[in-house]
Amino acid sequence: MSDPVIIFNDVSKSYPMYHHITGGIKNFIFHISKGIDSLKNKRYEVFRNISFAIEKGETFGIIGKNGAGKSTVLGLIARVLLPSDGKIEVDGRVSPLLELGAGFHPDLSGRENIMLNGVLMGLTRKDVEQRMEEIIDFSELQQFIDQPIRVYSSGMLARLGFSVIAHLDPDILLVDEILAVGDLEFQKKCIAKMEEFKKQGITIVFVSHSMANVEKICDRVMWIENHEARTIGDPGSTISRYTEEKQKAL
Amino acid sequence: MAGKGGIQRSFMTINANRTLQHYIDLIIVLTQKELKVRYKNSFFGYLWSIAHPLAFAFVFFIAFKIVVRIQIEDYALFLIAGLFPWQWFANSVNASPIIFLGNASIIKKVNFPRNLIVFTQVLQDMIHFILAVPVIILFLVMYDKTPSAGWLYGIPILLCIQFFMTYGICLVLASTNLFFRDLERLTFIITTLLFYFTPIIYTETMIPQRYQWLAYFNPLAPLIISWRNLFLNGIVDPALLVVSSGYAAAMFIAGYLVYKKLSWRFAEVL
Ligand SMILES: Nc1ncnc2c1ncn2[C@@H]1O[C@H](COP(=O)(O)OP(=O)(O)OP(=O)(O)O)[C@@H](O)[C@H]1O
Ligand SMILES: [Mg+2]
Repeated sequence: MSDPVIIFNDVSKSYPMYHHITGGIKNFIFHISKGIDSLKNKRYEVFRNISFAIEKGETFGIIGKNGAGKSTVLGLIARVLLPSDGKIEVDGRVSPLLELGAGFHPDLSGRENIMLNGVLMGLTRKDVEQRMEEIIDFSELQQFIDQPIRVYSSGMLARLGFSVIAHLDPDILLVDEILAVGDLEFQKKCIAKMEEFKKQGITIVFVSHSMANVEKICDRVMWIENHEARTIGDPGSTISRYTEEKQKAL
Repeated sequence: MAGKGGIQRSFMTINANRTLQHYIDLIIVLTQKELKVRYKNSFFGYLWSIAHPLAFAFVFFIAFKIVVRIQIEDYALFLIAGLFPWQWFANSVNASPIIFLGNASIIKKVNFPRNLIVFTQVLQDMIHFILAVPVIILFLVMYDKTPSAGWLYGIPILLCIQFFMTYGICLVLASTNLFFRDLERLTFIITTLLFYFTPIIYTETMIPQRYQWLAYFNPLAPLIISWRNLFLNGIVDPALLVVSSGYAAAMFIAGYLVYKKLSWRFAEVL
């Protein structure tokens, strides 16, 4: 009955503290013992022993405060990051939409960025060309599409980003905090598009600080707190416990 | 739940998607982006790649032919024949330390073969070099010489050797610079030194006898000498070819190993 496409099995992730050596070779040689020490020992553990399985077609939400490790989970699914421990299995083509505007080059026009992104994410140039007009239409940025995207506002970048990934035919869609800067109308449009994806059986992992949106589209929610998966369960109860706790803390 | 088979299956799908066409498209798109970002316009990019070595040739001509009165015939042609291939090497190598930094946002976001970024860079500089060959022909004609048939096989062989040598070195620099961020300046100093230790503005026979063996430790020396012999006389010395192929293979393997070892951490340190 179950057909998991993303499996996290006892996954831990820690980041090394590289700052001693990223200071440069000179710095490293002058502080060699400290440098080696930091290579070996100093690691920041984001979370440990997280396990979950996401079914095909499911929309899975991840909530938690800033720095809890939500984007890290998406990075692990996209295989941009590797786990420090544990096992991750992902089946299918992943379309990652990590932080806002990431993956776009400021000096390229909107159109060129669409091409660059589409090809980087696994399409051929012909595929992207075929969808180009559709993508531009969806973004409603026709007027600005040939301008370098450094002149775009953050909401416009979000529109462009979502429009690209929405037309990539992914098996798995990763959405990280993309709606926050879009205007209401575009938020609605994105939610509608995600509902459409759900109907098509596309698996979505959705990270957001907007509890209303999470509740609206997610089938299950994981709450990361204190380096652990606090709960994984149905959106309603998880979110109400989360908001309750946050309110108490105030 | 799927066991090990699951991982294998998922890697297979990824690999199946990365068809040859997709690789080619990645290279094309990355090249277009690089041209656009670096030069704003690909024609100017080409002009730059010619103007720069020509300007150097002019300066060296004044300094060594007119002032020092160096005893090398057709000195302008001699300079050009070494400076153009050198320019390709130096451009790629000097740009390589910051190449992953400049593409941080896509590296952090998507899992694609990141070595293609370096590959693209070296390829692009190679294309500029190839496009500069007509300038060398122009100089040949000015000195009453003609291109020879040897170019037909000599150029592709040397292109291949230089490509792999440069690509290997660039992979090492691009990867390690993420961990030691001051490689850029160091690289620049070393390429500048290497330029004067390579027989580009002088001939290898002008090096004092007892130091000549040292030139063999410079991976660029046999290569640049081969280029110049090919352009000026249409011949390549097989011994030099063997030596430079050896260097190219070693650099390429070293570059690939370093990249393989470090690439999974790129997204963490960027
Ligand atoms: N490349 C890195 N090197 C070192 N530490 C990192 C790196 N990336 C993230 N971290 C740390 O890992 C933790 C989790 O970061 P992450 O970006 O996953 O948080 P998040 O839950 O997405 O937060 P937000 O809600 O602000 O987006 C943070 O404490 C962050 O400082
Ligand atoms: Mg985040």
